[in-house]
Amino acid sequence: MSERTDRGDPTTADRMLPPESPAGAPFWAASRERRLLLPWCVPCGAAHWYPRGFCPVCLGDEIEWRPASGGGRVHAVSVQPKVPFPGVGGEPPYAVALVDLDEGVRMMLRVVADDAWSVAVDDAVSIGWEPLSDGRHLPVALPSDPPA
Amino acid sequence: MSAHPLRAATAVVGVADAADPSGMLDGTVTELEARMIREALDDAGLTLADVDGLAINNGAGWAASLEAAERLGLAPRWTDSTQTGGSSFEIHVQHAAAAIALGLAEVVVVVYASTPRSSHKRGGGGFRSRALGGVTPALEWDLPHGLRLPMGAYALAASRHVHEFGTTPEQLASIAVQTREWAAMNPRARLRDPITVEDVLASPVEASPLHKLDCCLVTDGAGAVVLTSAERAADLAKPPVYVLGAGTCHTHASITSMPDLTTTGGVVSGREAFRIAGLGPGDVDVVELYDSFTITVLLALEDLGFCAKGEGGAFVADGPLRPGGALPANTNGGGLAYTHPGQYGIFLLVEAARQLRGEAGDRQVPGAEVAVAHGSGGVLSAMSTVVLGSEATR
Ligand SMILES: [Zn+2]
Repeated sequence: MSERTDRGDPTTADRMLPPESPAGAPFWAASRERRLLLPWCVPCGAAHWYPRGFCPVCLGDEIEWRPASGGGRVHAVSVQPKVPFPGVGGEPPYAVALVDLDEGVRMMLRVVADDAWSVAVDDAVSIGWEPLSDGRHLPVALPSDPPA
Repeated sequence: MSAHPLRAATAVVGVADAADPSGMLDGTVTELEARMIREALDDAGLTLADVDGLAINNGAGWAASLEAAERLGLAPRWTDSTQTGGSSFEIHVQHAAAAIALGLAEVVVVVYASTPRSSHKRGGGGFRSRALGGVTPALEWDLPHGLRLPMGAYALAASRHVHEFGTTPEQLASIAVQTREWAAMNPRARLRDPITVEDVLASPVEASPLHKLDCCLVTDGAGAVVLTSAERAADLAKPPVYVLGAGTCHTHASITSMPDLTTTGGVVSGREAFRIAGLGPGDVDVVELYDSFTITVLLALEDLGFCAKGEGGAFVADGPLRPGGALPANTNGGGLAYTHPGQYGIFLLVEAARQLRGEAGDRQVPGAEVAVAHGSGGVLSAMSTVVLGSEATR
C-alpha cells in the first residue's frame, strides 16, 4: 500500500468539489443519482459539451437534457505520474483521457484502470461515478471488458 | 498582382530581451518592463517621447496597457492588452502593423516581463499566484479529473499524433536535442549542455508521452520590440526588419474543445501571414517556433507548411532544425533551453529580428533574409504567425 499523501484521495473529504455553474446544474443534479445527462439543442438535434446555457452551433437556448448511453471510446490519453495539485485526479499514476461519447460529444475524464499505462486510444469505455462529499458524483471512464 | 498593403509597410526597429543562466533576473516585473522598453528604444535610436502606441500583456492587474501606460508616463493614442497567452506578442505585432499602416499610431512598443522563478523561490506561488476568478468551464469540467496543465493538454495532442501518424517519442525528443545545440551557442541560455535522444527519453515522464526534456523551462525573462512605419524606420539606428505578413487564429480555450488534436490554428495564421507576405514556407531562412513542448514545434512545422500533415516526425528526425540544417529553428535555444517565463512569444520576435540584422553572433544563420516568428498560446489554443524580412525582401 502506498503511504497516505496530500495528493487528494477520492474517498476522503479533501477531494476538490467541482464548482457548479448555472448551466451545468442539471448535469450535477442527475449525477446525484449516477445518471449521465447531456445537453441537447432541440432545433439542431445534437448534443454538445460542455453545458453553457445555449447551443454552440446555433446559439439558441432551447436546451433539453437527455440521458446518455454511457458508452464511449478513448480519443486521446495521457498518463499522469503526479497530481497537478491536491484533491484532484487519482492515485498516481493514473490516466486522463478525452473520451468520445456515443452521443458525439467529447469529455475529459479520468480512466479508472488497474494499469494506467495500458489505456490506449480507441479503447472502449463506459461511464462510472465517483462519489463526492456533497452527494454529487464525478464521472469517470471505466475500461470496457475486452471482446472475448 | 500588387503587393498587400501591409507587406513591409512597417518594421521592427528596436529589440531587447533579458534572461540569465540562473533562470532568475533582478528587479520586479514592472521594473523589468521599463528596462526592456528603455533598451529597445535605445536600440532603435528612439525615446519614450516618440512612443504613441503601447501593447502589453503581463497577466496581472485588471487592464494591462492602461496600468502600464500610467507607470511609464505614457498617454498612448493606440492601445492593446490582447491576452492569448504566449502568442500575445505576435498578435500585438499584427495589430500594431495594421494600426501604423493606417496612421493610428506611429511608434508602438510591445513589452513583456515575468518572474515566475524568483517569485516561486520567494514563496510567492509562481504562476499559481494568479487568482482564478469565478466558475470557469475548465474548473468545472476539466480540472477535477487531474490532468496536469499545461503539459497534460499537449500530451493528449501528442498521444493523438502518435496514434494517427505513428510519430515516435524519439522523433519528438530529437526536437529538444536540436534546440539544445543552439542553446550551447547562447551564453545567456539556462541549459547549454548537449543532450541525446536517450537523455530525453530517460528523463521523467511529465505526462505521457512527454518527458521532462520535452517540456519548456520555467524562468524569469523579459523583452520588448519597437515598431514604426517603413518610412520612419529608414532613418533609425539599426537596419529595419520589415513586417512582411501576419496572421492569427485561435480555436479553443480548453484542450477538450480543440476541434482536431493534431491540427492547430497555425494552418490559418500561417496561410494568412504568407499570403500577405507574398511568400511561402520555401522562402524562409530561419524559424522561431514557440516551443512550449516538443509537440508544439512538430505541429507548427506541419501546420505552417514546412512539411505535410503527419510527416513532422520523419521531417525533424533528419535534423533540419539544428545549426547548419535546412531549416534552422529556435536559434536562441528556445523555450526548451534558453528561457521560458510563461509567455515566451516576445523572444521569438527578438531573435528573429537579430537574425535578420546579422546580430546573432555564433548562432547567426548565414544570409538570413526571411524569418518566421510563430507564437502559440494557451494549450495549442491561439496561434499567431509573423513573417519578417530584411531590406533585401522589401
Ligand atoms: Zn443549436
